[in-house]
Amino acid sequence: MARRPFDLRTQQRQTRQRAGDPAVTKSDLVASIAIKNPEITKKTAEGIVRLIFERMRDTLARGERIEIRGFGSFYVKSRGPRAGRNPKTGASVTVEGKRVPYFKVGKDLRERVNGEDA
Amino acid sequence: MTKADLIESVYVQAGFSKKEAADVVDLVFETIKETLERGEKIKISGFGNFVVREKRSRVGRNPQTGREITISERRVLTFKPSQVLKDALNGVDPQA
Repeated sequence: MARRPFDLRTQQRQTRQRAGDPAVTKSDLVASIAIKNPEITKKTAEGIVRLIFERMRDTLARGERIEIRGFGSFYVKSRGPRAGRNPKTGASVTVEGKRVPYFKVGKDLRERVNGEDA
Repeated sequence: MTKADLIESVYVQAGFSKKEAADVVDLVFETIKETLERGEKIKISGFGNFVVREKRSRVGRNPQTGREITISERRVLTFKPSQVLKDALNGVDPQA
């Protein structure tokens, strides 16, 4: 593949990564859950987290909406086919329609992220 | 699908009581929320990333009155779906 054209968002992301941007991964999440609830082993917590996100993925794959109160909702939008261009050659091609997942943040989480005391 | 459906799945699969299943599902989402509240990013492989972004203040317009207003700076949450999730929605075989 040829070099990708300059993309500001990609560059910003790479800058954040170089800066050691803290990201919490699924395994960090599992570890915190096991610490907070000593009744649950890390192994069990891992299975539960995996189950939750697999179920959510399957639900969206069926085109169904997910609503987690206080967190947000996930839904699927369909995008129709469109005329695109091969950025390298400039030749026009038809880009097939596809389904895309979206997330809308819930009120409680939106306020907490923004530092508003709910 | 709602949280109740997730609780039911955990109840069926993990051998917990209904109450324990409800508590653990709440704990998962609460832990995610606490992380995002601290401004940290969450990466769930196979699903997507939740990222807190800083928005600078900007001048907007009330669409009803047309009057200019200043929209204050704020932190917002965005979700970036993973390729695995996008493929699952489009019937792409993860093994392919």
